[in-house]
Amino acid sequence: MTPVKVFGSVAFTNVARVLVCLEEVGADYEIVDIDFHVKEHKSPEHLARNPFGQVPAFQDGDLMLFQSRAISRYVLSKYRTDEVNLLREGSPEESALVDVWLDVEALQYDPAMSSVFFQHRVVPALGGMPDEGIIGESVEKLRKVLDVYEARLTKHRYLAGDFLSLADLSHFPETYYFMEMPYAAVFDSYPRVREWLEDLFARPAIKKVVSLMAKDFSG
Amino acid sequence: MAPAVKVYGWAMSPFVARALLCLEEAGVEYELVAMNPEAGDHLRPDFLAKNPFAQVPVLEDGDLTLFESRAIARHVLRKHKPELLAGDGSPEAAAMVAVWLEVEAHQHHAPTDAIIVQCIVVPLRGGVRDQAVVDENVAKLRKVLEVYEARLSASMYLAGDSLTLADLSHFPMMHYFMETEYAALVEELPHVKAWWEELNARPAARRVTAIGVQAADRWAQERGKQ
Repeated sequence: MTPVKVFGSVAFTNVARVLVCLEEVGADYEIVDIDFHVKEHKSPEHLARNPFGQVPAFQDGDLMLFQSRAISRYVLSKYRTDEVNLLREGSPEESALVDVWLDVEALQYDPAMSSVFFQHRVVPALGGMPDEGIIGESVEKLRKVLDVYEARLTKHRYLAGDFLSLADLSHFPETYYFMEMPYAAVFDSYPRVREWLEDLFARPAIKKVVSLMAKDFSG
Repeated sequence: MAPAVKVYGWAMSPFVARALLCLEEAGVEYELVAMNPEAGDHLRPDFLAKNPFAQVPVLEDGDLTLFESRAIARHVLRKHKPELLAGDGSPEAAAMVAVWLEVEAHQHHAPTDAIIVQCIVVPLRGGVRDQAVVDENVAKLRKVLEVYEARLSASMYLAGDSLTLADLSHFPMMHYFMETEYAALVEELPHVKAWWEELNARPAARRVTAIGVQAADRWAQERGKQ
């Protein structure tokens, strides 16, 4: 069977998200780099894959997809087995809870973190000064989200219930970068959240993607 | 007998409207438990027990309590009208619905919301719009809608040949957006315009609009009394 193709560098959080899913289901895949330095993401060829000129894009035979959480859903559904059912298909209640906490990740957790990353890492790289006001606000937002997570994870082993799902895995990429910043100390007050993250980061699929991300930066 | 499904929230919220639209499309009986944001109903402990993020809507379906409007939408349609969520049920069809639902959430929502806030919400609260914010987001939304125009020129609906949640999910925010002077952004794109008009003409959409108008009238009356 032809390996599926993921377009975009693993250094991007949204690309890493898709790779974690491919690793979890053990699918064969190929990474095709898109060179932002030469604006390849805005080339007609890439726009045909992702009309918003972003990464990742994903190809499986004739099917072309974009938006990392949509690609992730497709991968986890297509390669689902009895043992690896990370969307909890077959259980309407469990699937619904996966949808809830995946949206929480996408709309509450991720934006707070990526805002800090943007100010702390991207703005200086572009020659600007980080806006400490925005950082402060974002860290506060994150703190409020973590308050809820701590309570939730005290009642359940994972976010959607006592089962691992895409809702948990989807937190990995943004968290990975956040932990390299001084603001990571915000996690110190949340023991159950820290345990949950350690559990995630110990998974072979995540360790594999981390090693790819490390290679990408040094390459 | 009281309906098994309850939605908590205020009808003027586009997020609540998204949940109501799916219930109406699926023909599911429900009770809307009206809440008052100005009275801080969403901050009370009994509501936080349902949604610790203090946001509306919340949906209760028997023992299941859900929040996040798109998760609620998925649940309602999965249970009652799966073809609106998964097309023909193939992984490819479901994937296309997922793609365009993500596009709605991550590309369409933010610039649309910024324009609505500046043009409708801020003046309603007695403030003055920030035109720079409007201009920035009009430029962003224009680019997004150009992608939609191209897509809808090649495909009847966003995810393919049939209407799905990917289309429906746009209705609540677009409904407010089309009341601003920037509706021209939609009107100047023939396929987007036709797609919008069809969405807006759906009986379920009309019912949700009526519920919202009723709620807005009641709110205005309450305001008038103060």
